Amino acid sequence: MVKKWPILLLITLVLTTVLTLSSCGQDNRVVLNVYNWGDYIDESVINEFEKKYNIRVNYDTFSTNEDMYVKVKSGGSNYDVLFPSDYTIERMVKEDMLLKLDYNNIPNAQYIEERFKHLDYDPQNEYSVPYMWGTVGIIYNKTMVHEPVTSWRILWDEKYSKQILMLDSQRDSIGVALKMLGYSMNTLNLEELEAAKQALIKQKPLVLAYVGDDVKDKMIAGEASLAVVWSGDAVYMKWENPDLEFALPEEASNLWFDAMVIPKSSKHQTEAETFINFMCDPEIAFKNADYIGYSSPHREVQKMIDPELLADPTAYPADAMLESYDIFHDLGEYLKVYDRIWTEIKAH
Amino acid sequence: MKKNWLSYPYLLWMVLFVFFPLLLVFFYSITDRTGEGLRFTLAHFRRFMEPIYLKVLTRSVKLALISTVLCLMLGYPMAMILAGNHFKRKNIMIFLFVVPMWMNFLLRTYAWMTLLERKGLINTFLSWLGLNPLNLLYTEEAVVLGMVYNFLPFMVLPIYSVLSKIDKNLIEAAGDLGANQFTVFLKVILPLSLPGVVSGITMVFMPAVTTFVISRLLGGGQFTLIGNLIEQQFLYAGDWSFGSAISMVMMIVILLSTSVITKYEKENEGGGLW
Repeated sequence: MVKKWPILLLITLVLTTVLTLSSCGQDNRVVLNVYNWGDYIDESVINEFEKKYNIRVNYDTFSTNEDMYVKVKSGGSNYDVLFPSDYTIERMVKEDMLLKLDYNNIPNAQYIEERFKHLDYDPQNEYSVPYMWGTVGIIYNKTMVHEPVTSWRILWDEKYSKQILMLDSQRDSIGVALKMLGYSMNTLNLEELEAAKQALIKQKPLVLAYVGDDVKDKMIAGEASLAVVWSGDAVYMKWENPDLEFALPEEASNLWFDAMVIPKSSKHQTEAETFINFMCDPEIAFKNADYIGYSSPHREVQKMIDPELLADPTAYPADAMLESYDIFHDLGEYLKVYDRIWTEIKAH
Repeated sequence: MKKNWLSYPYLLWMVLFVFFPLLLVFFYSITDRTGEGLRFTLAHFRRFMEPIYLKVLTRSVKLALISTVLCLMLGYPMAMILAGNHFKRKNIMIFLFVVPMWMNFLLRTYAWMTLLERKGLINTFLSWLGLNPLNLLYTEEAVVLGMVYNFLPFMVLPIYSVLSKIDKNLIEAAGDLGANQFTVFLKVILPLSLPGVVSGITMVFMPAVTTFVISRLLGGGQFTLIGNLIEQQFLYAGDWSFGSAISMVMMIVILLSTSVITKYEKENEGGGLW
């Protein structure tokens, strides 16, 4: 019995080597490495792309802009398409990390609404094609919260002690506190930031947890009464649990855009542009928007989408309302200050 | 002893995957990358001395110590039961004890989340009994529970293997010479099992003090441990130098605590982990 082991091991080794080698030999398609947010695509779209263009897609996900940035910046990765948000695109452009897009390869970009082009983070529209957009607000469970949700202050109400979920994302959570206090989400004023820090430390005993994507499961299961969420996730949560409702506080909030970009480390620019173009195809863009529930900047999608969703201010708030909303800007050197504040809150 | 050619692959392995990475971590921890290039500095270590980071360090050590003590209190009797003769289906017991370790560590921790949740199994059962639901998840206790649950086998197995190798004649002799069961345990079994206890403590304390997944999942991101701080520096803030400095401090803490316990162990004879 004992003597059989080496032979068995040898056979397994040989078999695995042969199998991996042969599978490599068969597949000489171009490999496109796509790095997107988790839960942010209808994955069948990837298969369609692979079949249509005979390109293999290596799909990988991240959970915050900062995760993605650090991974791309530190090198060693070879991503071809990224989906960062506004302020991160601004930072990557500043640091010369992105390739200029060749719009001849992205004819479908024409479908993007004008108001989503030439935004501050990419004024010439040279680097990015918008994918989704939205706001940040409060989702609450109507069976647990019996008052209108109109202000960020409700997240500091002791009545809801241990029933509040905050985002484990420094810009979003510090931003919420800044807005509650009436400051800009892009403030570089140290006194204002100190006030926001104190507010969040004061809030900490009331917070049930600082969460990421799991906020969706928690709210749907009724584990908490109130949570700070991105509008698109709110749409999905309302689908899953009709007791949930989304509110945009009167102090205004954050307006954000996620767009597709190609990092300089990409070795397949043309294929990456083909991918971006494919994602802007009306049918495909609709499929994604319909599947994840986020708001699309795509003109044709808005014609195809469920009229009920289009009328829902959760997903498509009125333009006038958004005027006072802050779009995140790159903080530059002040990022360290924000990081420090967040560490102090979390370690408190 | 002459060097054997068989040892070279291991030596190469150690240099490539232990020595070299450690050197890199050390290098990062004492340098700073500025616009003009590299600069040697101790600023990262000085930064760690700030109260906020020391608070995180104390919390990590405290929670790890509590978990280690709990593991020892639960694990020693368990190991004795496993090593004892009166237990017929011993192998099945050991097997059942090890089986959960075949499953991914993350899955096991997620499983605890569904048990402890407000609408989870435990609270459903409590409300079925007519009791008020408890706030179990996202507490310091939940973090300790996660550590004890995940690391308990590392305490039980070394103690068990030492206990089961104790010469039964010694115990019988002690009995023949008039010692009662308690004295036998105190004077014979316990001293002989100390090497197992020491490696058990080290093997529980080390992962417990550096964990970052358990505190995030079961603590809801509210109880920042040293592991979370290191993770944040590498993955989020992109400050590799400070992250390396914290790692160095951590290694020193572990080295000190294990050398203290190993020194005590050496005085009592026997081999430990070192």
